[in-house]
Amino acid sequence: MMIEIGHYALVLALATALIVSVLPAIGARRGDTAMMALGTTGTLTVFTLVALSFTALTWAYVVSDFSVKNVWENSHSLMPLIYKYSGVWGNHEGSMMLWLLILTFFSALVAVFGRNLPETLKANVLAVQAWIACAFLLFILLTSNPFLRLDPAPAEGQDLNPVLQDFGLAVHPPLLYLGYVGFSVCFSFAVAALMEGRIDAAWARWVRPWTLAAWTFLTAGIAMGSYWAYYELGWGGWWFWDPVENASFMPWLAGTALLHSALVMEKREALKIWTVLLAIMTFSLSLLGTFLVRSGVLTSVHAFATDPTRGIFILCILAIFIGGAFTLFAWRAPMLKAGGLFAPISREGALVLNNLILTVATATVLTGTLYPLVLETLTGEKISVGAPFFNMTFGLLMLPLLVVVPFGPMLAWKRGDLLGALQRLWIFAALALFAGLAFYYVHNGGPVMAIFGLALGFWGMFGALADLWYRGNFSKVGLSVGLRRLAGLPRSVFGTAIAHFGLGVTVLGIFAATTFGTETVVEMKPGASVDAGGYSLTFDGMRDAVGPNFTEQRGHFTVSRGGVQVADTWSSKRLYTARRMPTTEAGILTFGLSQLYVSLGDPMEGGGIVVRIWWKPFILCIWGGALIMMFGGFISLSDRRLRVGAPSRKAKPVKPALEAAE
Amino acid sequence: MTRKQKRLAVIAGGMSFIIVAVLLVMFAFSQSVAYFFMPADLAKTEVKPGTRIRLGGLVAEGSVKRGQGSTVSFTVTDGTGNVPVTYTGILPDLFREGQGVVTEGTFDAVTHSFVADSVLAKHDENYMPKEVADRLKADGVWNEGQGNEGKEAATR
Repeated sequence: MMIEIGHYALVLALATALIVSVLPAIGARRGDTAMMALGTTGTLTVFTLVALSFTALTWAYVVSDFSVKNVWENSHSLMPLIYKYSGVWGNHEGSMMLWLLILTFFSALVAVFGRNLPETLKANVLAVQAWIACAFLLFILLTSNPFLRLDPAPAEGQDLNPVLQDFGLAVHPPLLYLGYVGFSVCFSFAVAALMEGRIDAAWARWVRPWTLAAWTFLTAGIAMGSYWAYYELGWGGWWFWDPVENASFMPWLAGTALLHSALVMEKREALKIWTVLLAIMTFSLSLLGTFLVRSGVLTSVHAFATDPTRGIFILCILAIFIGGAFTLFAWRAPMLKAGGLFAPISREGALVLNNLILTVATATVLTGTLYPLVLETLTGEKISVGAPFFNMTFGLLMLPLLVVVPFGPMLAWKRGDLLGALQRLWIFAALALFAGLAFYYVHNGGPVMAIFGLALGFWGMFGALADLWYRGNFSKVGLSVGLRRLAGLPRSVFGTAIAHFGLGVTVLGIFAATTFGTETVVEMKPGASVDAGGYSLTFDGMRDAVGPNFTEQRGHFTVSRGGVQVADTWSSKRLYTARRMPTTEAGILTFGLSQLYVSLGDPMEGGGIVVRIWWKPFILCIWGGALIMMFGGFISLSDRRLRVGAPSRKAKPVKPALEAAE
Repeated sequence: MTRKQKRLAVIAGGMSFIIVAVLLVMFAFSQSVAYFFMPADLAKTEVKPGTRIRLGGLVAEGSVKRGQGSTVSFTVTDGTGNVPVTYTGILPDLFREGQGVVTEGTFDAVTHSFVADSVLAKHDENYMPKEVADRLKADGVWNEGQGNEGKEAATR
């Protein structure tokens, strides 16, 4: 019964979304308040119905109702309860439901928090959101319905893909989707602005919190996914330039650019048309990512079952939304009043440089991801574009950006003083270079050029601190006055500094882990020892073990340093019984920010086993930096100036430059 | 500089960055893209030793031999051609005889055997890498339901 209610709620949601996608937009044209108000109630209704439907599906998973085909295919009664919850989105149908749930959730947030938006803009935004919801509701109902029944009901399920039976599944997809789908709001705002043919600084001010929220979640989602792949797959790598990873990385890059260009638009009323275009591009990349991952054109852990009709359906959604938005843009953008000019050496100039580099870098990733697919479709020739390509193009192009990041916040709006910024920053640059040298000297080994890479990481961190140092004017006014000055600054300043600091930490982690890391593949017999990263690893032997839905052979390892035992770990080869699928569970030991990573290979004749041991120095900096960036995003988001509807004009008449034109 | 000159300088700077990026992408494509081959193709087209390629096919039955330490040798076949492969490292969980595999590496100039530095057994539900399955289907060597014992497995 629950299942039928869920199914019915989904159909009702489609009907409601159809109404919301038409009437408020007509109301906005005619100036009909009642029709526009329908957008708010309608959007909330759609969200409630989708949430109800999602709850019904979750309930079927929790009680292991195998009469539902989707549950039978992806669950097992013996599976731990947490995986029954997370297993809801561990398959194609369920993950589309999560996509839809988050989309309607964001629409509902706009409906609730958009009280201070102009009525027509809000109505149009909600209508555009409803178009997207309609498309995906149709997609789910027609090609990926999770509510189909089986008769007779099987007694036992087929189990969830073992790789997905992990805490990571509970966290990674929701976070990623909150980011991915969050950009739909920016898209809707852009399309709504184009429909109205009017755009000003206030628009950027309304869009920025949504961009920031989506960006923050996407940062967390990507970092979480990367760490999950690192510990679960047993390959010892944290980024593979896999098309599926790129699919989430491209919206992040474009979203980062959007975040910065919206800033220019808000403060200087420039880059209007560009910002609108970027908002459309960012969500288009999100849709493209959904297509790449969900259509089955790629084989990966993310491509669940392949069904050609789904691919074609998503391709149609992609063509309609991206094509439609760009056509609208080409038609309406010339009507938007272009913003003013500005000097190249200024805060806005630096932000334009940021945008240039980020969009070009996004384009290279896009080329590398799509080229093999396009080539195969056109000529049938199969090629693979791997890490060397992306390191050579994306890696090199991003280097100048990392060098200029600390300069941005140092330059003033309108007319910046590059010489002044250099004078203020050279001491921090010298410190960074010194820190890089010291780091290299202590860890000894690897190419000498790595010093510059490490220094680049420190430069990002020190540059962010320099920003706060000069804003507090600590060198002139002393500690206490400086701190008081800092306390008076808007939170977004701290958000920027923290996020830039996090970027530096990530860069440092990447260079440190790749320069000083070691990899050893060796055959070990019980009692044998291997050295890695200053630790000695002893293999104690294998043992058989049984888990709730798997059997495993686990090897025990003892780690000692200087003859003293410091830690021990298990590494195992598992066989999930329901699917007859083998997996490798790596043994990971954390020492400070570094990790020792042990993965088992094949048993050899004579009782030995092949063992792969990685020493990953400062690897945790990579994800730690991303977490710091995320934290910066949240701090910035808590800035009251960004809260939609916060009364700002009357409360703060002092800084006209920061005020939005009403 | 006049305003116009300034604007020109900015545009020229931006364009040159984009041109550098395009050249870099073209250069990287010529350097680091690996073409996909199956044993039968290698009889038709010659691949110079040292050129990076991807070699795909089935692991021939009874061909897997373990050498010293973690070095493994096996034969990749597609029914018409056979290519001997050596690989040092840990084989993926789903690697086994009679199943599909994709290896990446270069031909050795002296021994003419294929030295792989990565072995992928990335599977769809039929236990077959997509590239290999497509070709086997096209060549008519594919039997439906081949190796249909597992589902949705992907590993390397």
